[in-house]
Amino acid sequence: MEYFIQQLINGLTLGSIYGLVAIGYTMVYGIIGMINFAHGDIFMLGGFAALIVFLIATSFFAGIPVALLLLLMLLVGMLMTGLWNWTIERVAYRPLRGSFRLAPLITAIGMSIVLSNFIQVTQGPRNKPIPPMVTDVFHLGAITVSLKQVLIVVITAVLLFAFWYIVNKTPLGRAQRATEQDRKMAALLGVDVDRTISITFIMGAALAAVAGGMYLMYYGVASFNDGFIPGVKAFTAAVLGGIGSLPGAVLGGLLIGLIESLWSAYFSIAYKDVATFAILAFVLIFKPTGILGRPEVEKV
Amino acid sequence: MTASTETGHPNVLAKAVREGLFAGVISFFMFLLFVGIETYQDINNALVWRTRWGLLAIFVAVAAVGRFLTVGFIKPHLDQRKLAKAKSGVLEISESKSFFHRHFLKIALIFLVLYPFLSLMIVGKQGSLKYVDNFGIQILIYVMLAWGLNIVVGLAGLLDLGYVAFYAVGAYSYALLSSYFGFSFWLLLPMSGILAALWGVILGFPVLRLRGDYLAIVTLAFGEIIRLVLINWTDVTKGTFGISGIAKASFFGIWSFDTGTANNFVRAWGLSASSVYYKVFLFYIILALCMLTAYVTIQLRRMPIGRAWEALREDEIACRSLGINTVTTKLTAFATGAMFGGFAGAFFATRQGFVSPESFVFLESAVILAIVVLGGMGSLTGIAIAAMVMVGGTEVLREMSFLKVVFGPDFTPELYRMLLFGLAMIIVMLFKPRGFVGSREPTAFLKERRAVSGSFTKEGHG
Repeated sequence: MEYFIQQLINGLTLGSIYGLVAIGYTMVYGIIGMINFAHGDIFMLGGFAALIVFLIATSFFAGIPVALLLLLMLLVGMLMTGLWNWTIERVAYRPLRGSFRLAPLITAIGMSIVLSNFIQVTQGPRNKPIPPMVTDVFHLGAITVSLKQVLIVVITAVLLFAFWYIVNKTPLGRAQRATEQDRKMAALLGVDVDRTISITFIMGAALAAVAGGMYLMYYGVASFNDGFIPGVKAFTAAVLGGIGSLPGAVLGGLLIGLIESLWSAYFSIAYKDVATFAILAFVLIFKPTGILGRPEVEKV
Repeated sequence: MTASTETGHPNVLAKAVREGLFAGVISFFMFLLFVGIETYQDINNALVWRTRWGLLAIFVAVAAVGRFLTVGFIKPHLDQRKLAKAKSGVLEISESKSFFHRHFLKIALIFLVLYPFLSLMIVGKQGSLKYVDNFGIQILIYVMLAWGLNIVVGLAGLLDLGYVAFYAVGAYSYALLSSYFGFSFWLLLPMSGILAALWGVILGFPVLRLRGDYLAIVTLAFGEIIRLVLINWTDVTKGTFGISGIAKASFFGIWSFDTGTANNFVRAWGLSASSVYYKVFLFYIILALCMLTAYVTIQLRRMPIGRAWEALREDEIACRSLGINTVTTKLTAFATGAMFGGFAGAFFATRQGFVSPESFVFLESAVILAIVVLGGMGSLTGIAIAAMVMVGGTEVLREMSFLKVVFGPDFTPELYRMLLFGLAMIIVMLFKPRGFVGSREPTAFLKERRAVSGSFTKEGHG
């Protein structure tokens, strides 16, 4: 039983990270209907920004408090990836909006290749380890919970609440939902569609950056090809929860995290990714709209 | 706007300066951390950093000047050209074609057949190894894969992001069956194709109901599952170590290319020992396989099944209401596409003599799909050109040792291969969203056959 709960906690931590990245996928898909393939690499960029901030901050201010350091890492990462995703949308996706369907998908795949190779070229192909930042652990009976796990879950919960508030209660969120439902109509009613889409990309990137920073804190290592596998898993999470739905993305993320850690704990660690992908295939085949997604009706 | 582009452009220039400065500021912040700072491990293996302000300045300058030139000169020029074209009222498709244009296919085919001899004549045996193998065979493999995928994506309109799975099935079928049972290449080539087609049906069956992006992501998942199984099923596939020592193809069982055998090709013909003969032979095999793919594609387009694929691509609902069985239509598309992937895989295994899961990553699927889309979906010529430009271009980069003189001895052009590939993908899509050959030759027509501009065709959502 303790072992099970232990795995549950691990899965929850991992799932929070996937959930944060999944929101970026689901928001972009919801609003312009494209799979932003480069989103996983934005997550990786966020991790790298956090890594570089960590190195600079620790070399200038040796005794910087961990909380301040972490805040700095995440904030700079958010700004950085927000800027990148804004630029990427402007340069590679916006000119192709309204073009034929595969064009933005291809530029997104191209962008993903460019981003990971850009980091490989500028920062080197080796794994980048950092010394552990948060080392405290709590013991509850036989169960061990580390402070970084608590941090990840708490930060995720806070961000989700903030996001839920923005999307549901603010004029910006209203504009986003309107654009999602009908872009042309929203534009006619005075919503600045371009600006709304840009902001959506920035928001998604900021969440991915937080996820990237926490991923770095959790595993203590960053690499240029960190974007692909977590990216695909996060996309799986978004689809599993029902693409276009924010709570769905989080739910999907948590489910993927749980499946992954329980599968590695009880079955085989080698096939954990196979399990994730197989579940994705099954869900899509039997319930193509995901758990919380709205069914898409095609009209002639 | 139009007034300013036609007169002395003071507004355009001012705008260009403004946009250039803006791009400079944005790129400064974008590259500040990733280019301006370099992280590396010191002697104690601890991660440290140093600044690279010079490189950052170059990046910012390139972004600013590039944006300035685009807004100030390139864009007004392009706009004017488009305007002039619209004024003259001549559509590109109705222009009469030059001799080269009309006989392009014949010329290209003759060139390909003569290519190994030309390269032997010009650069000799040792030099030809590079030109026949790295350029000829490498490009033709991608041409074949892209033509195979074209059946699924270009004709049937089913977006497949896991095509590399069938390539892997073909390669491993040949590698395993030849090393465990010792079957020959010529027996296993069709068998690999059949096995891959079978997998096409197996993987195609569950995704029949899916369309568009969902289909893309499930095929991606299938591709990854097959790769992960290849990695983890170590008893059979030897995992990440891969299978080495795969048998070479023989000259239809008459002569062997293994050195030391009695019926060795080189000895039988009394030639001096060189591996170039085998490479030339392989070149002709893959050329023949490519021609087979093209022939089948062209023939199928004239047959009911090919018409059904194209109908499915244009509109699935209309297709169904006309009584076309979409299940068999989709499955045959998957199976046919997969079969050619399997052929290419078997060829790849015999050419390399070694297969490992490393060769079948998602990136390969993305590259193949990119070639199909960049070439203009459905156009065989366009796809072949795209494969030549994209794959050949990245191979050329390996050869550019003179760049070392410009950028210093540490410069390795290979490192930039995929970076440039990705950039090329984006740039080609931005300027030609329909690919190199955007026009379509309809299979069914009223009085005369005429190319249709890509802007008039529609992609289905299947």
